[in-house]
Amino acid sequence: MDYYWKTNLKILICLLAIWFLVSFGFGILLSDWLDQFRIGGFKLGFWFAQQGSIYVFIILIFTYVYLMNKLDKKFSKDREEKGS
Amino acid sequence: MSVQEWTFLMVGISFAVYILIAFKSRAQSTSDFYVAGKGVNPIVNGMATAADWMSAASFLSMAGLIAFLGKDGSVYLMGWTGGYVLLALLLAPYLRKFGQFTVPDFIGERYYSNTARVVAVLCLIFISFTYIAGQMRGVGIVFSRFLEVDINLGVLIGMGIVFIYAVWGGMKGITYTQVAQYVVLIFAYLVPAIYISIIMTNNPVPQLGFGSTLVGSPEFLLDKLDKVTTDLGFTAYTENVKSKIDVFCITAALMVGTAGLPHVIVRFFTVPSFSDARKSAGYALVFIALLYTTAPAVSAFARMNLIDSIQDKEYSESPQWFQNWETIGLIAWKDKNSDGLIRYSSGNALEGVKPVYAKEKGNSGERVVLNKPDLTNENEVYIDADIIVLANPEIAKLPFWVIALVAAGGVAAALSTAAGLLITISSAISHDLLKKTFMPRITEKQELLYSRLATAFAIGVAGLFGVYPPAFVAQVVAFAFGLAASTLFPVLLLGIFSKRLNKEGAIAGMLVGLIFTAGYIIYFKFMFPELDTLDNWLFSISPEGIGFVGMLLNVSVSLIVSSLTSPPPKEVSMMVEEIRQP
Repeated sequence: MDYYWKTNLKILICLLAIWFLVSFGFGILLSDWLDQFRIGGFKLGFWFAQQGSIYVFIILIFTYVYLMNKLDKKFSKDREEKGS
Repeated sequence: MSVQEWTFLMVGISFAVYILIAFKSRAQSTSDFYVAGKGVNPIVNGMATAADWMSAASFLSMAGLIAFLGKDGSVYLMGWTGGYVLLALLLAPYLRKFGQFTVPDFIGERYYSNTARVVAVLCLIFISFTYIAGQMRGVGIVFSRFLEVDINLGVLIGMGIVFIYAVWGGMKGITYTQVAQYVVLIFAYLVPAIYISIIMTNNPVPQLGFGSTLVGSPEFLLDKLDKVTTDLGFTAYTENVKSKIDVFCITAALMVGTAGLPHVIVRFFTVPSFSDARKSAGYALVFIALLYTTAPAVSAFARMNLIDSIQDKEYSESPQWFQNWETIGLIAWKDKNSDGLIRYSSGNALEGVKPVYAKEKGNSGERVVLNKPDLTNENEVYIDADIIVLANPEIAKLPFWVIALVAAGGVAAALSTAAGLLITISSAISHDLLKKTFMPRITEKQELLYSRLATAFAIGVAGLFGVYPPAFVAQVVAFAFGLAASTLFPVLLLGIFSKRLNKEGAIAGMLVGLIFTAGYIIYFKFMFPELDTLDNWLFSISPEGIGFVGMLLNVSVSLIVSSLTSPPPKEVSMMVEEIRQP
């Protein structure tokens, strides 16, 4: 149980750090600096603020789903082994 | 066929579909009525959540706001999507594991206190009614512009439709109508966006189109837009006007507020398991992102088109849509320099916020505006940001059926959100106030009856908001998110992630968050609106972003008060232990 919750917290902290970086970091605080780079017709900071951050949000949730489903499986297996 | 006939057809067909679906999925039990029997497929729930979440504001107003705000508009894009990461990672799976019917339910049980439950119910009702008022305005605008019926009649028709499927179907009926409404609204949003993207940039994907070059020119659209907006005296489109700290706080308040909105959270109570809740939040964000990544493209196209099609034109040469929206009262032109040409630039055209029209027509045939002109700038045009999405297909001269589709989409967005809010309000009344607090003896059958009555009552109140729209709708949106962020979100989050947080801490935290945030917003938005400027704000944070500070205060106060009072009883720590396990 302790292991499950601690692993969950570790995953949460990593993913939320990325969440913070792409939105508050790239989209707001570092946005003006990133604007010197371009992808196509977009200034990079502007692109993160209006497009990029949203795509990363989606990837983050599905990464969490994937990692937690794996952890859930491992946890229920461990519990079965202990129980038997 | 005319635009009006097309609109009648599209809106009519969509209404028939909603009622048919509701008829097929009637609620039989309180579990059906509150949480759709907890048997909704996660992808279906994702779609329903997207419709539930994307309101008239997202559909009608957001792209227009961004068109006028430029880069500052990013606060809405990031704020209203980033909250789903918080929901999926921090709240949804655990609250689903807890397995009750409503958000105040969790707060009441976790903090073993009916006081906490009632405070939560009050916050919930306030947040939800604030939101509904905005939906009704959306329905009213669409009906009056495209069907040329009286706004009040439009509101009544909309309420009637929601009444049928919400009272009959409860959450179950609402879930499946929301799926249909999502399909209508996303189709209605994407079709004109794709059309316009092709016309302007030859790129069928709007998300890429607004970063492409303009047809017949080597110049990138956004570069040209930056140039044109700067020439007219605005800040460049891709640059911020607001301060960094304010942009930061508004984004944070909207994100946290989104994650704390009861009508969104309750959607994750309808899936079969906690792992489905995670997955479902992911799908919800995919469906939402489809609109939210298209919106900034629509904004950039619209701003460009708008300037191109009215700048330095005579009124008689101005496009038909310009005059149509002037008739509705959402556009006004005051020829300040009397040269007979329309001049659009930065600054307010008129003194006072909204135009007041005289009966007679001016020299060029325009509606005469009684407001004094604002002579500090040269701008002659007043445009309400709400019309951009609706007018966009007309501005780009798209076929009539596309315009009608957009009208049906706007109504779908408004109704799906209104229905979700109504069910949230009614379950808070019938379940939390009546069954769990004041009338614990009622049977399930009576509770179901009360929940239907509460829904009917809530629809009545919402209808009143539509017919007599409160003048402060725009201001209270900041309220809804600020309160969700500063009251509900922290107690939900800490309720899961801290075992030590007790009832004294939670109640003190909610009250401090509520009083601080509400006080700040009321002070600047209602009592002294003239003081609502950067110089007077606390740490230069606007009332829109103050919910974030309220949240931080709430968390600090909860933790401090908890550590000074006795820990929660053993059953509660066991309950927290339980919801953390898979």
